Amino acid sequence: MMHFMVLPLIITAVMAPALLFFRGQLVIQRTLSLVTTAVLVVICAMLMVQAATGEISVYKMGNWDAPFGIVMVLDRLSALMITLTALLALGVLVYSIGTNWDDRGAHFHPLYQFQLFGLFGAMMTGDIFNLFVFFEVLLIASYGLMVHGGGRLRTQAGVQYIIYNLAGSTLFVFSLATIYAVFGTLNMADMAAKAATLPPEDAALVRTAGAMVLLVFAVKGALLPLHFWLPNTYTHAPAPVAALFAIMTKVGAYAILRVFTLIFGPSLALTGTLFSDLLMPAALITTVIGMIGVLAGGSLARVASFAAVGSMGTLFIAIAPFTEDATVAALYYLVHSTLAAGALFLVIDMVQARRGSCALDLRAPMVQSGLVAGLFFAAAIATTGLPPLSGFIGKLFVLDALRDHPLAVWVWGVVLVTSLVAVVGFAQAGSIVFWKAHAVKADTTPAAPATGVALAGIGGILALIVLMTVAAGPLTDYLADTAAQLYAPDGYIGAVLGGEG
Amino acid sequence: MELLVAIIIGSLTAVGTYLMLRLRTFPVIVGLSLLAYAVNFFLFASGRLMLNSPPLLYVEGPHTDGLPQALTLTAIVIAFGMTAVAVIMALTAYLNGGSDKLDMQNEAPEVTPEERGQ
Repeated sequence: MMHFMVLPLIITAVMAPALLFFRGQLVIQRTLSLVTTAVLVVICAMLMVQAATGEISVYKMGNWDAPFGIVMVLDRLSALMITLTALLALGVLVYSIGTNWDDRGAHFHPLYQFQLFGLFGAMMTGDIFNLFVFFEVLLIASYGLMVHGGGRLRTQAGVQYIIYNLAGSTLFVFSLATIYAVFGTLNMADMAAKAATLPPEDAALVRTAGAMVLLVFAVKGALLPLHFWLPNTYTHAPAPVAALFAIMTKVGAYAILRVFTLIFGPSLALTGTLFSDLLMPAALITTVIGMIGVLAGGSLARVASFAAVGSMGTLFIAIAPFTEDATVAALYYLVHSTLAAGALFLVIDMVQARRGSCALDLRAPMVQSGLVAGLFFAAAIATTGLPPLSGFIGKLFVLDALRDHPLAVWVWGVVLVTSLVAVVGFAQAGSIVFWKAHAVKADTTPAAPATGVALAGIGGILALIVLMTVAAGPLTDYLADTAAQLYAPDGYIGAVLGGEG
Repeated sequence: MELLVAIIIGSLTAVGTYLMLRLRTFPVIVGLSLLAYAVNFFLFASGRLMLNSPPLLYVEGPHTDGLPQALTLTAIVIAFGMTAVAVIMALTAYLNGGSDKLDMQNEAPEVTPEERGQ
């Protein structure tokens, strides 16, 4: 059974090239891709059950002992992240098949599996250079997916996205070199063990290395002022890809949680509260700018993109204090905002397919206006954090967890006011697209695109949001255990380095 | 030697950063390549600079650290591949859009008839 935990990596790594052999045979590709992703959901759920016992599983690549070999580590946080990824991926895949999105360019399914391979790897690796490599894997796949279907604006946005991320990767290597120069190791558990024994004269280098890594993950997580890649990318990416990218920003959040609890933890005297102090103001400003963008979007896709920026801000507000309570709130909000953003982008694609554009201008009512409006309403409620869906509970957790924080007034003010701004922004956008449309006369009535399978995809993701609202109790129990495990890194270090440490 | 390496890395980074801010695809890609050179050199130097010492343990020491050399190789391969992708994408964008400028206006996404399911 020891090989079981790397199955998500092996399956995706085998399936991605295997799917290439069936190019042009869409039915086979679709079947294989769907079956693979469904199997991944089951395996990830089983791994989550295994990790829920508190056991930290370690897989040594080629059986080389850490810190010399590369290890894959599965703890509660990793298991939660891979399960979330697999669930979102399944919903999005069903939608792209139902709407023929996968047929509008070459190699959608192989790239999709490569994307999942990179995501799973980044979430499970215990080696920071390997984290860089998996970042590159998921980025290369995302470059392909981003321009899937082509088009002038999409290609331009794709170039921006690639160049921004190339610069980010370069910075990542710079920070890795700095880390290696200080720590002399790249294994995260080994670094954590060595961090406590570093001499005080290394403080400047350690702080520099930490700040550089933070910048790299902030690029991934679209934290202001490093968020510039996100609005154009999400607006112009094919909608299912934008929905899948909802998890990409969370990889940045995951990496920050992992590295800044394990290596540069809050108890490390050399860095102290430096990273918390850097992160909190940036997170507050991100939330504000994101939600102002929601008001001024100009098209539904851009409104949703800025909502994604804003929700990353709220997520980082909850991550920034690096305390156990706040991390529980952050994890709940992370799961929620991934699913909400995914559902929202898929609904916007339904609008585009029926209306011809998601620009906020007056056009005749679309076909199936009521159905799409209902779905948009649900996704918007989830995104803005209105009751009764999980966004409300998530924001409540965040506010509650930060009650005793020195900046509590700012946090409460920003989160509450920006929520109102987001509600106004979404209400305005929705009323232009769905409501005022009835004042315009339609010339022709276009046929309704196929809906059945596509609806199953969106419905599945929305059902998950409802599920995490109803089952908020059991879920938070798991998340509380996850946070407890994160802030007791000795278990992780012991599991990776073995008894002899 | 440290001073020389530091000056080389510093000037490569400075020039690369400057070119990256030019907002046209060609200078930006050249800038990225220069940054990639700088970072490879920096990564190489992270294992400390030593002259005439082998990275192999079975040869008589003093030894240099072999790991950064392996990491540098990985980084070179990735940077090389990524630059190729960036060049192709920039070329496609130029041929599609008729401009090599990087900034974009605030436009609603295009929807092709195919995407409308027609």
